[in-house]
Amino acid sequence: MTLETKAYGPVEIDEKQVLEFPQGLLGFEEHRHFALIDAHKKPFFWLQSTDNSQMAFILIKPSIFRNDYDPGVAQEDFQDIGAEGPDDCLVFAIVTIPESGPMTANLQGPLFISKKTRKGKQCISPRDEYKTRHDILEEMAAGREHDADPLP
Amino acid sequence: MLILSRKKDQKIMIGDGIEIWVVDIRGDTVKLGIKAPREVKVFRQEVAEEIEAANQAALRSSLDLPFPDVGDPKDRS
Repeated sequence: MTLETKAYGPVEIDEKQVLEFPQGLLGFEEHRHFALIDAHKKPFFWLQSTDNSQMAFILIKPSIFRNDYDPGVAQEDFQDIGAEGPDDCLVFAIVTIPESGPMTANLQGPLFISKKTRKGKQCISPRDEYKTRHDILEEMAAGREHDADPLP
Repeated sequence: MLILSRKKDQKIMIGDGIEIWVVDIRGDTVKLGIKAPREVKVFRQEVAEEIEAANQAALRSSLDLPFPDVGDPKDRS
């Protein structure tokens, strides 16, 4: 099927790329169906609404800049999307690329998508260390410095 | 609404599985420890509003994706 996208205009997608978010995203509860599309630049993805071409979010896998990312979302959230737990899911953070200033990722409201049911949900992390605006490049650089530290 | 007074280190029990502990009181800030089963969601009230605002900002993102140095490819799983 052909989908009109915000980033790339008409794009040919497989029906398997279409995900259902039964509760929408926070603040955008009316949009329930999105396609997950590889961005032309790694490591990004687009979450493109299938009913509104202007409704699209840039996603990144948090593990790219936080390999210990563990938002500790409630079991109830997994039940909502027909998943047993985080191992059955893909996890993404929504990215903001402002006109000026650093590109940030929201680690407080991660998206979990069940690999089995292809249902998704924006969950809320109860952990204070995760905020809505993590500077991706800065944390990537900090992570590398940390990895380079000699062991005590 | 039930209103209870608690001192530092005292607890409140809710049902069988939820425990709220007054860890510290400093000025106008109370630090609480919360123990709850995994199926119970616990978050500060402002968090949902913050995530909504972040979603709105994300929607206004530039379409021009930067090309970060993603480091070691093994982390890209």
